Amino acid sequence: MIDYLLSFLILAGALFTFIGSFGLWRLQDFYSRLHAPTKATTLGVGSLLLASALFFSTRGEGLSLHEVLVTLFLFITAPVSAHLLSKAALHLRLRSLAELPEDTAGGEADSKTDQP
Amino acid sequence: MLSVVIDLAFSLVGAAFALSFWRLLVGPSLPDRILALDTLYVDAVALLVLLGIHRSSTLYFEAALLIALMGFVSTIALCKYLLRGDIIE
Repeated sequence: MIDYLLSFLILAGALFTFIGSFGLWRLQDFYSRLHAPTKATTLGVGSLLLASALFFSTRGEGLSLHEVLVTLFLFITAPVSAHLLSKAALHLRLRSLAELPEDTAGGEADSKTDQP
Repeated sequence: MLSVVIDLAFSLVGAAFALSFWRLLVGPSLPDRILALDTLYVDAVALLVLLGIHRSSTLYFEAALLIALMGFVSTIALCKYLLRGDIIE
């Protein structure tokens, strides 16, 4: 029973990690590329760490809580680095596929000169 | 069954590693490359956790924690450099 649960968690984690990097490879502009690794990969690694905690807790050596530390750290730092990356991209005025809102700028990089 | 699943997971995470590395080499802009580097760090943590399950050893968690910490700090430093032209002002 515990083997099935472990297999499911490991497969889901590896699949989501792969989907995150696949999105990083496949998507068209930076702002959509930012979504894939910061959400899917975080979920995948979280699932893998949950599987690891379950695996070592059922080995008979008591509760294993090392993984919680890594999970907590990854879940706190992923949004912070994504926020700073998007700020850096806006600062460099990278091209976006979608139209930006009227009061910020138009869709083209040339008309974004009045941005802070 | 678990060993087959772990082998499959190793190949999936390895493929994810290769795709992120491609983006690191090709990525048209600098934030793309930083994002690819950050993803590579997280993929390395995933690989270490899988290795820990594969060898039934808890030795690898400290390494995983260190890699996660270094990845976060280097991402923040590179972003600060792009934003301000300096890391510590």
